[in-house]
Amino acid sequence: MSNGILVFCEFEAGRPRKTAFELLQRAVALGAGPVSALVVGDGDTSALGPNGAGKVYQVSAPALASYSTGAYTKAFAAALAASGASTLLASASSVARDVLPRLAARLGAGLAVECTELRNVGGKVVGRRPVYAGKALVDVTINSPVGIFTLRPNSYPVVAAAGGSATVVPVDAQVSDSDVDVRVTDTVAASSTTADLTEAERIVSGGRSLKGKEQFDAVVRPLAAALGATVGASRAAVDAGYAGHGEQVGQTGKVVNPSLYIALGISGAIQHLAGMRTSRVIVAVNKDAEAPIFQYATYGIVGDLFEVAPLLQAELSRS
Amino acid sequence: MIIGVCIKQVPATDTRIRINAEATAILTDDVKFEINPYDEYALEEALRLKQAGKATEVVTFTVGGADADARIRDGLARGADRAVRIDDPALAGSDSLGLARALAAALTAEGVGLVLAGRQAVDGDSSTIPAMIAELMGAAQVSWVDKFEMDGEAFTAQRAAGGGMREVVAGRLPAVVSCDKGLNTPRYATLPGILKAKSKKIAVVGIAELGLSANRVGAGAALVTFSNMGPPPQRPAGRILSGDNATAVAELVRLLRDEAKVI
Ligand SMILES: Cc1cc2nc3c(=O)[nH]c(=O)nc-3n(C[C@H](O)[C@H](O)[C@H](O)COP(=O)(O)OP(=O)(O)OC[C@H]3O[C@@H](n4cnc5c(N)ncnc54)[C@H](O)[C@@H]3O)c2cc1C
Ligand SMILES: Cc1cc2nc3c(=O)[nH]c(=O)nc-3n(C[C@H](O)[C@H](O)[C@H](O)COP(=O)(O)OP(=O)(O)OC[C@H]3O[C@@H](n4cnc5c(N)ncnc54)[C@H](O)[C@@H]3O)c2cc1C
Repeated sequence: MSNGILVFCEFEAGRPRKTAFELLQRAVALGAGPVSALVVGDGDTSALGPNGAGKVYQVSAPALASYSTGAYTKAFAAALAASGASTLLASASSVARDVLPRLAARLGAGLAVECTELRNVGGKVVGRRPVYAGKALVDVTINSPVGIFTLRPNSYPVVAAAGGSATVVPVDAQVSDSDVDVRVTDTVAASSTTADLTEAERIVSGGRSLKGKEQFDAVVRPLAAALGATVGASRAAVDAGYAGHGEQVGQTGKVVNPSLYIALGISGAIQHLAGMRTSRVIVAVNKDAEAPIFQYATYGIVGDLFEVAPLLQAELSRS
Repeated sequence: MIIGVCIKQVPATDTRIRINAEATAILTDDVKFEINPYDEYALEEALRLKQAGKATEVVTFTVGGADADARIRDGLARGADRAVRIDDPALAGSDSLGLARALAAALTAEGVGLVLAGRQAVDGDSSTIPAMIAELMGAAQVSWVDKFEMDGEAFTAQRAAGGGMREVVAGRLPAVVSCDKGLNTPRYATLPGILKAKSKKIAVVGIAELGLSANRVGAGAALVTFSNMGPPPQRPAGRILSGDNATAVAELVRLLRDEAKVI
């Protein structure tokens, strides 16, 4: 029954984001029918074919120039219908979180979100996802004609493109200005140029132990900069005003999945672990050898972060 | 204008979970439940809007059994005017869409103009119910909002968008807004509030009263099923790097580069 997988490919500054390649490559590896790409708006789609898309369903319209739930939901529905795919795959991004539940309700399609694993079970895609803040994992099976899955960024490695090219199929979703229900009136740029926490490859986080915003800025941020990493923080650090709300990692903050997570003076409370325990390599720096974070750390240093962090920064810039 | 606040009870965030023999759900016999943390922001925002004269009534909505009443009373004690609890044997085994149908039907029946929900429930962690409700009610939606203002039927909101950007959006009621941390600081119940809550009403409704047929909800209508629930894979034992700080740091950089290959 499988008519293949349609992959929602997100763009940034006119080019596909890394998550687009992760999804396309995983979709090909699943071997559950033909793989095609869904692109909303204009943008250079030439890299999608080499990464596995046979066709690119591209929906362009003036009403899609900036994001709105109403216009995007219509665009997704039209592309899905045009492709005839039985599986829609997207990254667990802010756009996907907003559009896909609405689309699922409109189409009567099952939705499995935040998967960290996608398998092919007898020709059908099955997801596995963390629940209870990562304290358990569960298989999610969808039994509607169309199934929708989101995958957490960095769940699968991105390898070099295998080559190939895609046919671009323009889709007319008949979207107009009247579909723009909630309008973006202003976009405020991020304070830093580093990757978003949820997509970051490397993260350096600081905790309550930094004891002040100045120290946080003087110790955590430069080390992150030296590593090309994004800054994170524990809730204790955020609540004390050392870091911004958007920088909180954990059950009531961001869930992150980097290849390297460095925790400076963070005890490893269960709610913090919920946000970062799937990181591939965890480094903990804590002066208390009994701190729970060490049970999850790949590498640990028992020591004062105010000494260790600058040493680490110097060592990194030396070599 | 009536504001509806969706409140779910969830295991306290520090709960150590145990999984049932069928590997489909957790055992809840000695779990302590709380109001979902994000729903506290939703309730607080509703109470502030009412205090500012922008709403006539704050009504909470919960799909759940009588065991949720303690959490619903907590919401009433903080200042909600009354509560609706949707409880029906037919709801057992619902997926997100089934639950959203029940909530949307109840919210519509009460004539709610603005729905405030949590960004996600910290048990299912799906973040799907609010947008589903919006679709089913034919309302606008804004997800993961940390700033909200309303002027008559018009509202503006702010949310974190992808790539570290922030977006300011504008729309009109009816709308469903899911609330994120940073929106406000939730109040706790006061003693007078707790006393007052005792006389406030929790209306319990079944799905027939909401005009929903049993085949639209529950296990039979579920498009999504769960199996094989288990603990996350154990992380391999880590290594504490010995020696003075300088030695440990040099060794760390070597390991990150040569062994883990992450820098
Ligand atoms: C409903 C709820 C939701 C929550 N959600 C989150 C969440 O999303 N994210 C989150 O992080 N927390 C969350 N928490 C809070 C969590 O329980 C912890 O309180 C918090 O994570 C602690 O932050 P911390 O590790 O920075 O501080 P602490 O637990 O105080 O730890 C500080 C650590 O720093 C070490 N230290 C001190 N000085 C130094 C030094 N000079 N050098 C090296 N080490 C030093 C100490 O040994 C200690 O281990 C939540 C709590 C609740 C109740
Ligand atoms: C561990 C677990 C995983 C699940 N995973 C999925 C899944 O992937 N797909 C699926 O279709 N179903 C899933 N379900 C089944 C299910 O029906 C969910 O409990 C339900 O969809 C709510 O999802 P959530 O708890 O993640 O809520 P979210 O969508 O994260 O909740 C967001 C907000 O909606 C409101 N809300 C949610 N539930 C209620 C309620 N009962 N009463 C009042 N307001 C509420 C609250 O304001 C809440 O903050 C899961 C259930 C569990 C227990």
